[in-house]
Amino acid sequence: MAEHRSPVDGAPLVTLYDEDLPPDNSYAFSPEDLEEDEMILNMGPQHPSTHGVLRVELKTDGEIVKDARPHIGYLHRNFEKHAENIDYQGVIPFTDRMDYVGSMGNSLAYALTVEKLLGIGVGERVAGIRVITAELQRIASHLLAMGTYGMDIGAFTPFLLCFQQRERILDLFEWLCGARLLYNYNWVGGVSHDLPEGWTDKCRRFLDEFVPVLDEVDKLLSHNKIFIRRTADIGIITPEMAKDYALSGPNLRGSGIDWDLRRDDPYLGYENYDFNIVVATSPHGPVGSCWDRYFVRVREMYESVKIVRQALDRLPAEGDVHENVPRFVRPLAGEAYCRSEAPRGELAFYIVAENKKPIPYRVKGRSPCFVAMGLFHEITRGEMIADIIAIIGSLDIVLGEIDR
Amino acid sequence: MSAASIIERLAAHLGLEEGAFESDAEAKDPWVRVPGDKLLAAAEFLKTDPELDFDTLHCVSGVDWPGDDPPAIEVVYHLTSLSRKHWIVLKTRVDREGASLPTLETVWKAANWHERETYDLFGVRFEGHSDLRRILLPSDWPGHPLLRDWEWPETWHKIPVKAGRQMTERAEGGQMTGVGPFD
Repeated sequence: MAEHRSPVDGAPLVTLYDEDLPPDNSYAFSPEDLEEDEMILNMGPQHPSTHGVLRVELKTDGEIVKDARPHIGYLHRNFEKHAENIDYQGVIPFTDRMDYVGSMGNSLAYALTVEKLLGIGVGERVAGIRVITAELQRIASHLLAMGTYGMDIGAFTPFLLCFQQRERILDLFEWLCGARLLYNYNWVGGVSHDLPEGWTDKCRRFLDEFVPVLDEVDKLLSHNKIFIRRTADIGIITPEMAKDYALSGPNLRGSGIDWDLRRDDPYLGYENYDFNIVVATSPHGPVGSCWDRYFVRVREMYESVKIVRQALDRLPAEGDVHENVPRFVRPLAGEAYCRSEAPRGELAFYIVAENKKPIPYRVKGRSPCFVAMGLFHEITRGEMIADIIAIIGSLDIVLGEIDR
Repeated sequence: MSAASIIERLAAHLGLEEGAFESDAEAKDPWVRVPGDKLLAAAEFLKTDPELDFDTLHCVSGVDWPGDDPPAIEVVYHLTSLSRKHWIVLKTRVDREGASLPTLETVWKAANWHERETYDLFGVRFEGHSDLRRILLPSDWPGHPLLRDWEWPETWHKIPVKAGRQMTERAEGGQMTGVGPFD
């Protein structure tokens, strides 16, 4: 481990600046071990295309990356420690702030885990609403991934089109629960607000108008020659690697593995919906490339639209969304681990409960982005520096969830 | 394969007599607890046995039990088999003092970062790990915060870091914390 100082430790203009900071030893590579022409380069933490506060330490030889180590933790607030002091429902806003562009999926995973712990279920209407919001959130999240990925590579127009559509989903959510990003919507045993009058019509109209736009963006970006040349043969994750590193979600399916929790371990009645699992077919290069992962997300949006349409059709007209919300959450001693298919992969919570206590003994969040970042050094070795950006974007990470 | 037969198969391979180890095949998430010195053998068998074929390590979590006799940290491995579509939870207990376990990085590479996190937050050392550095916290952070008896420092390099207790006091007093329909 290197013991050298970075040029400036801390920020000297901050009043809290501490002159006695220890040497920065958060380097994985040491300058002594470098060979001729090699250098250590820090990419980030404030780099627009690292999708958050991520620092990547690169060992480079010219433009070639010899090795790379991601450094995370800049957004770490340890919600798991906070959860030791907060009642079960109070943890939900903390989970919202993990993957802050996919909050519906986070609170859903947490609520499902506590419900499993309590042994309670939810009514059909609540399940339907949860499916609708989760799938809309998946579309919003994938739109963000698609738009920013194009922008990382240098295509600006798709970004604007994607964000216009994402904005409409956020408007729907705002109408539903008053918040645009951090919803606190899925409660233990229910959801916070029932669908307002006219919401389903507006949602249907959105879906009708969204699909042609998605077609257009897809034509603009996915099969663009330059885009394919930039992404179709870099960052290869073989199926074996994907399993070994326990990848999940679009990253796993991008490596050609046919696995989706919505089909293979269904929850919320997903087994009753008619939709396809999108698996990479790799027309432009080896399986598991950046393009494959990107394209899985694009195709998944069409499937999500299908699911939302079906859910809207069969949503029971009547039903109290607070019917099963427990007055007190005091589970018996035990533990539960519940996984769900969030936009970025399998998000799971592990909760250990003490007997009839209002506060969880231990909450652990299993973040799909954290896991995906664990294999980053494997797929960047030997690539060009500019391709590092394409690889980070294709993993679709959110640092709030990695650092928790 | 059912949880009971997975546990039976594993126990038979490790040579554990019935009653010599704890397990629960009827739990919400069926689990089996193996001694620390059998952990690596158990993991290797779970991964390589063609009937079991646990190809992914889903999650590694630590749980601190300072009040137990003897005080222990439990390390919990959630395993999934994508090919066979079954699940099992592998647990092991280590002493809180000088907690140390063999690394499972050699079995599933996903263990690398999970074990770094468990080391960072619980102080469990994983022997043979290729890169056991702190991962989430700064390298000079005092202690391992998810230990139950860890004490919040007032400041870290003059930055105030201590959290308030109001939320805890409200929750322990039976009040709601502003989430849910009844507040």
